[in-house]
Amino acid sequence: MNVQKPLPRWVDIGLIPVINVLVALFVSGIVVALIGENPFVAMMVMVKGAFVYDGSLGYTLYYATNFIFTGLAVAVAFHAMLFNIGGEGQAYLGGLGAGLICLWMDSFLPALLLIPLAIMASAAFGALWGVIPGYLQAKRGSHIVITTIMFNFLAASIMVSLLAGMLKSGGQMSPETRAFTDAASLPMIHEILQGLGFDVARSPLNLSFVIALLACVGVWVLIWRSRLGYAIRAVGQSPQAAQYAGISIERIIIITMAISGGLAGLMAINEILGVQHRVILNFTSGYGFTGIAVALMGRNHPFGIILASLLFGALYQGGAELDFEFSTITREMVLMIQGLIILFSGALSFMFQKPLQRLFSKLATDDKTEAAHG
Amino acid sequence: MTQSKKTPSGEQPSPLAVELADISKAFGTVRANEKVNLAVQHGHIHGIIGENGAGKSTLVSILYGFYRADSGRISINGRPVDIGSSADAIANGIGMVHQHFMLVPNFTVLENIMLGHEGHAQLDKAATHARAELQTLSDTYGLTVDPDSLVEDLPVGLQQRVEILKALFRGARILILDEPTGVLTPQETDQLFDILNALRDQGVTILFITHKLREIMAITDTVSVMRQGQMVAHLETASASPAKLAELMVGRKVLLDVNHTTATPGDILLTADHLYCAGDSGEVQLKDVSFDLRSGEIVGIAGVSGNGQSELLDILAGIRPPQAGNFTFADRKIDATHPLGPAALRDLGIAHVPEDRHRRGIVLNFSAAESMLLGHSDNKGDDNFSNNWWGDSWWLDPKKLAAHCATRMQAFDVRPPDPDYVSANFSGGNQQKLVLAREISTEPTLLLVGQPTRGVDIGAIEFIHQQLIELRNRGCCILLVSVELEEIMSLSDRILVMNDGGIVGEVARADADEQTLGMMMAGIAPNKDANTKTGQAS
Amino acid sequence: MVNLGADLWLQFILALDATLRVATPLILCAMAGIFSERAGIIDISLEGKMLLSAFTAAATASLMHSPVLGLLAGITVSVIFSIIHGFACITHRGNQVISGLAINILASGLTVTVGIAIFRQGGQTPNLARADRFAPTELPFVDLVSHIPFIGTIYRELISGHNILVWVGFLAVIFTSYILWKTRFGLRLRAVGEKPEAVDSAGISVSLLRYKAVIIAGVLCGIAGAYLSTAHGSGFVREMTAGKGYIALAAMIFGKWQPRGALLACLLFGFLEAIAARLQGVELPLIGAAPVELILAMPYLMTVILLAGLVGRAVPPRAIGQPYIKER
Repeated sequence: MNVQKPLPRWVDIGLIPVINVLVALFVSGIVVALIGENPFVAMMVMVKGAFVYDGSLGYTLYYATNFIFTGLAVAVAFHAMLFNIGGEGQAYLGGLGAGLICLWMDSFLPALLLIPLAIMASAAFGALWGVIPGYLQAKRGSHIVITTIMFNFLAASIMVSLLAGMLKSGGQMSPETRAFTDAASLPMIHEILQGLGFDVARSPLNLSFVIALLACVGVWVLIWRSRLGYAIRAVGQSPQAAQYAGISIERIIIITMAISGGLAGLMAINEILGVQHRVILNFTSGYGFTGIAVALMGRNHPFGIILASLLFGALYQGGAELDFEFSTITREMVLMIQGLIILFSGALSFMFQKPLQRLFSKLATDDKTEAAHG
Repeated sequence: MTQSKKTPSGEQPSPLAVELADISKAFGTVRANEKVNLAVQHGHIHGIIGENGAGKSTLVSILYGFYRADSGRISINGRPVDIGSSADAIANGIGMVHQHFMLVPNFTVLENIMLGHEGHAQLDKAATHARAELQTLSDTYGLTVDPDSLVEDLPVGLQQRVEILKALFRGARILILDEPTGVLTPQETDQLFDILNALRDQGVTILFITHKLREIMAITDTVSVMRQGQMVAHLETASASPAKLAELMVGRKVLLDVNHTTATPGDILLTADHLYCAGDSGEVQLKDVSFDLRSGEIVGIAGVSGNGQSELLDILAGIRPPQAGNFTFADRKIDATHPLGPAALRDLGIAHVPEDRHRRGIVLNFSAAESMLLGHSDNKGDDNFSNNWWGDSWWLDPKKLAAHCATRMQAFDVRPPDPDYVSANFSGGNQQKLVLAREISTEPTLLLVGQPTRGVDIGAIEFIHQQLIELRNRGCCILLVSVELEEIMSLSDRILVMNDGGIVGEVARADADEQTLGMMMAGIAPNKDANTKTGQAS
Repeated sequence: MVNLGADLWLQFILALDATLRVATPLILCAMAGIFSERAGIIDISLEGKMLLSAFTAAATASLMHSPVLGLLAGITVSVIFSIIHGFACITHRGNQVISGLAINILASGLTVTVGIAIFRQGGQTPNLARADRFAPTELPFVDLVSHIPFIGTIYRELISGHNILVWVGFLAVIFTSYILWKTRFGLRLRAVGEKPEAVDSAGISVSLLRYKAVIIAGVLCGIAGAYLSTAHGSGFVREMTAGKGYIALAAMIFGKWQPRGALLACLLFGFLEAIAARLQGVELPLIGAAPVELILAMPYLMTVILLAGLVGRAVPPRAIGQPYIKER
């Protein structure tokens, strides 16, 4: 076995992701310069837009909430070496689940009962949309990457049919459901804080942010402190060892995809219950794919995912500000940065590992020779 | 079988076919080759022998261009050459038959042989030319193979023949064979040796890499011995003896027999009854295997790998159920309709040290403590792993895991005894000791062991053998599967020989010798009553 | 009654005609996918490369007033990104799925960003004048032949009147078949996707072979993209590929990585898209409103059903997706 001394943890989890982001921003900066704008000015606009202006932090965190959920979804699946690209579809169907509960029961159930039910429904529907590809992979060997991509499109088809058809609210032309009653609303954070005496600007940040953080804790406990998590990691790291140990690989794949799909489905509550209060077309708008970037950057660890989600939230919110202030730059700039980040942290991640490994082994041997002489 | 070609004395020495001087190669901190010298005469069969990990494969990989040496010189036919890639090696007339064949399974024999040296951009024309060339080669060397059959349909011996033809097709006059007999039956090995002699008679120079002493004695003219990355000796085979070679390989006198006390087998623990299983394409892997296992004995299963031993272990460990037949253990009958998985069998008292240590025995990227948990992660009632505060149904306490692991590591001399050390970084021997620590410390009733000392250094081998004997003395039954006949003969109380999915016969310890076992491994049952149930051997 | 029959017949031929036009980018991308995946490199980025090429071709055609220059520019950009994909996957042994996904997302962002910078039209390129596009080419004797019943209609509507890139699409199928099964390059390419060690030990560079495969894939995707914006359409519109790259992927799998099978799958999927478009808003007897969404979802559904092993098995090249590392 060609075994090199592994990199210290802080480098793997902290330094390399930072390098990835810097390189991605650098390349983006070049594109901005080629367009004829000043990249540093653009950068300042983004930062201000993300953190400084009134309400912007709230917006950033609201976006981050979505990414935490979809990032956790991808990460959990990754621990079993499963590529869940279906976050978009799972989140979309999660919205359907929450929407159905609300449409059915929002007129007679109080919020205290309705919200938890809606949350469970969104997780359940998302889990279903994840379990089917998981089942196909486990029992029929169908490659999960392809099936989840297909399921994204199928989810879109289903939702378009429903929203333009059966679920469409009578009065309007646009394909969406009717607005929910007030019972189907997650409390807004700025309202809570204002109630406590803090003067905070409006933003769409709502309680689902807290639920997302709780989900992070839950995922950490699951993966690193539970027997199921051990089994998931064993299947991911060495399916043959898992089989030897008597762990049912099929069962683990299915359970993992259910959990993964469920987490992605939860993303819907931020949009549907927190902000829109109805089910609209395409509310997932790419957040599922961003989840992949977030999981990669966050090295599949909840703490890293929170940080990466913050980064992407800042990019999205800052991107909106860029769009607003520059006529030549739109939110698509953020897509470009996102693509570059995925490219560097996912596909080219080894590009930085080798030089860093050499650097650190050299430092280690230098330390040893110093200790020997000193 | 021993044929050595004497170089007539007094003749002007012809340029050496292959000369390696001061070859060194390191991978990270591992020094695979250290200032290795090698000199091979034309038209000789030259053996390179050494233990697993001695550096033989690395050396020939450098000769074949897979790696570049860090320092040193290579000369072919007296001329210094620079071999930076396989293309260079091939251009210099070097061909290689690898341990794991380099054949595209769903291509035909012809396509595989042509690959890379088609001779013509258009495949049709290339094929016609290649077919003719292949025919010439077959006639010259007596190597016949159907050019249009798919490689995946051929038996292993024929696939190897395709590999040899491929090398010759590319113009090889120097042929390297890396551990060629690991996958062959003794019969096929004899056929290979005939082919090699025929090649040698036609002037081909052959480098034969192996770790088996008797092969060196049987076929080579000269032999070099490698040990821990260095070339330690270069001898004429005729003037060497197996004992001398073994001593050179290992660096000291080899204990060929571990301190073996006599066994006192007790009650029957497991009865296997007409076990049968077949593979996905219908090929029969186990046919009608029946035997008993008693407490307090070591039963060795001898045989060339691929004759059903792996499948037998998998079935007894619960990794796959028998498709027909059954086995009974601890009053439970396990068959196709009542399968039991590895976890359940573990609970009943069967432990398993798997053949493939890297992929099954441990999880390479896990820490030692986590690998120690493998197979026991579902033990709900096990006080060792759970934190009672949260209840022991699903929670894992890392401190308890680490403590548990550390104790075991001390007991089994695993170095370094650090539970947080990543499993991949342990040496082969320490990894194996880790696995043994895990399996033996459950004090099983039956221990299944596959290839326990493959890729393990000599010190660890002695330790492991000792542990197995002591375990047996405590009343455990051990089923030992190994392709190393010396290991089987030195540890087993009785030996079952498998060939072609069935048990050919049983031999008691006192009666075991290489010739008898070798014939049985080839499928030839001994004349005496080959009854396989214990206590009935005549 | 006769008129109804003739009318249905015409509609059918017109649908087939539309099928060919819709299927062309699918065919080109599916062939691209076959080259790449047969060499062992997963390529999810057919979509992204096509999008980038579509934009570049339209932008170049608009600025330089030449569809051929547009085509060349589109191919160049597509090849550049193929090389990036190759660089990540082959040289740096990165994850192939992630690299493909990254390129797709990057493409979405880059095309609009650069588009706005140059044209200030919200991401699209200006409408291309006739001269700047690939024009439909009428085949000779159309007028003479069109009076003959059946054959005339077929000749006039189905065969003649396509632009040249449609024929390039069909040629691509023949090209792919020939290269992969009749040349030594193809033998080596297929070998490298099944067992790269065999190719390496034969003295052939695995990396170089794989790079060539992805570059060929890049060329084909480039043609597909240019077709979309300068032959089929008249300019670039954001996200104009609309999932066609993924459908091509599905078709490749459906066709079991064989050019002929993939061609049939592309034609089938193209046909579904063509009828879905024609049935928009139409009331069918018994069913009511035509299930356009369902028809459009059919390619995805069919691929999932195939992958589930319910209608035969789809076996990819053996070594696909695994970076080639020499074992120690």
